[in-house]
Amino acid sequence: MAFDLHRAYRLNPAATLRPEPFGALVYHFGNRRLSFLKTRQLVTVVRLLESHDSAASALDAAGVPVQQRASYAAALAALADSEVIDAR
Amino acid sequence: MRADQAAMPQPAVTLTEQFKSGLAAPICLTWELTYACNLQCVHCLSASGRRDPRELTTQECMRVVDELERMQVFYANIGGGEPTLRPDFWDLLDYSVAHHVGIKFSTNGVRLDRRAAQRLARTDYVDVQISVDGATAEVNDAVRGAGSFAMARQAMEALAEAGFGEFKISIVVTRHNVSQLDRFKQMADAYGARLRVTRLRPSGRAADSWDDLHPTAAQQRMLYDWLSGRPDVLTGDSFFHLSALGAPLPGLNLCGAGRVVCLIDPVGDVYACPFVLHEEFRAGNVREPGGFPRVWRESELLLRLREPAAAGACASCGLFDACQGGCMAAKFFTGLPLDGPDPECVLGHGERELAKVCLPDRPRPGPGHSRREAGRAAPVFVPLGQMTVRAAT
Repeated sequence: MAFDLHRAYRLNPAATLRPEPFGALVYHFGNRRLSFLKTRQLVTVVRLLESHDSAASALDAAGVPVQQRASYAAALAALADSEVIDAR
Repeated sequence: MRADQAAMPQPAVTLTEQFKSGLAAPICLTWELTYACNLQCVHCLSASGRRDPRELTTQECMRVVDELERMQVFYANIGGGEPTLRPDFWDLLDYSVAHHVGIKFSTNGVRLDRRAAQRLARTDYVDVQISVDGATAEVNDAVRGAGSFAMARQAMEALAEAGFGEFKISIVVTRHNVSQLDRFKQMADAYGARLRVTRLRPSGRAADSWDDLHPTAAQQRMLYDWLSGRPDVLTGDSFFHLSALGAPLPGLNLCGAGRVVCLIDPVGDVYACPFVLHEEFRAGNVREPGGFPRVWRESELLLRLREPAAAGACASCGLFDACQGGCMAAKFFTGLPLDGPDPECVLGHGERELAKVCLPDRPRPGPGHSRREAGRAAPVFVPLGQMTVRAAT
């Protein structure tokens, strides 16, 4: 299913975040894939997904500047692809 | 390690640069559980054979698992020796998985019968890697010992029959098996397994067999071309020195020693990477106060490895960004300076440097745990011809 900025998402229960100086590692215990969240702000976005009605709203709440929204949306789409985040 | 993806957006500093200064915990932790082994492979990087009486007890191993869980080390690569020879192997595996430390273990298949395969098929978070070094018994057994090919194939059959799913078939690329890459791939495909090929390092017993076993320059080129067309073949990111031949190979093109990689050996010693079992690269021991986390965070050696490294003799080379100077262990055990070219530098700089190193001047990997009687019976790789050539140059 394609990523939709206007849907609500959450961190997949099988995925775990490990904070790192650059952002975080994410490991999915189900599919055993390792992903990198390359900025701390992206970590904030991922953590905020659960409590927001849409991914777009989580981006706003994390204070992602307008000019960076496209790249953050692409990052979230990649994370949805690897099942790190899923629609709820 | 193979990261499936690095999620955008691009930060100011690249991920590779971030990795150079080290992570909060290793991503790729190798943990060798025992020096005991039923085989005596001529290229064994830990020179295994006999169990060491000082090996970590079951309780001590479980304490290490607890530490790894707290550090969020998501999985450990278990090896040896032959890890399944430990009587507590299966208990440790269950304990680790229950504590959210997934297990990927390497085995020669000796204990992997039908029952063990069924048990593994029922366990989540476990990956199995069967080691072979030839696609035929002839090529394999010359390196791993008589009967080892048949044993590995039996283990593969057992896993496939038990419905384990995608296990790994792991090959160390040598001069003698590099021509069999297609056959290895077919073998893996036939089992629904994944092929993993990694680089031969001159560590452990391979210090004595590397000269005769490592691929030639022409074979390295062939290997690079073969890998470039097969992103589904795993490499443990071990061939990054070949990235100087063209487009970078997938994965982390960087020496991860002490930064994202380390090794715990059977007696609890922590080394910067699985290929440098030598006092010079020993960072500490998990039995010391503070355990493994303290070694990872505070060891002077590991902190030093996380500092920016000088490119040394490679500084003027336009390809340094691609190969990063290659593998620290390969340089160390062939007697080359660590800030110079890799012995298998694709431009041939390493080979020229090697010619200047006297064989007796190479660092020795230490006594190891080879079985004495087997040591005598094992194939003898004495590179007399090369010594002559070296003396002449």
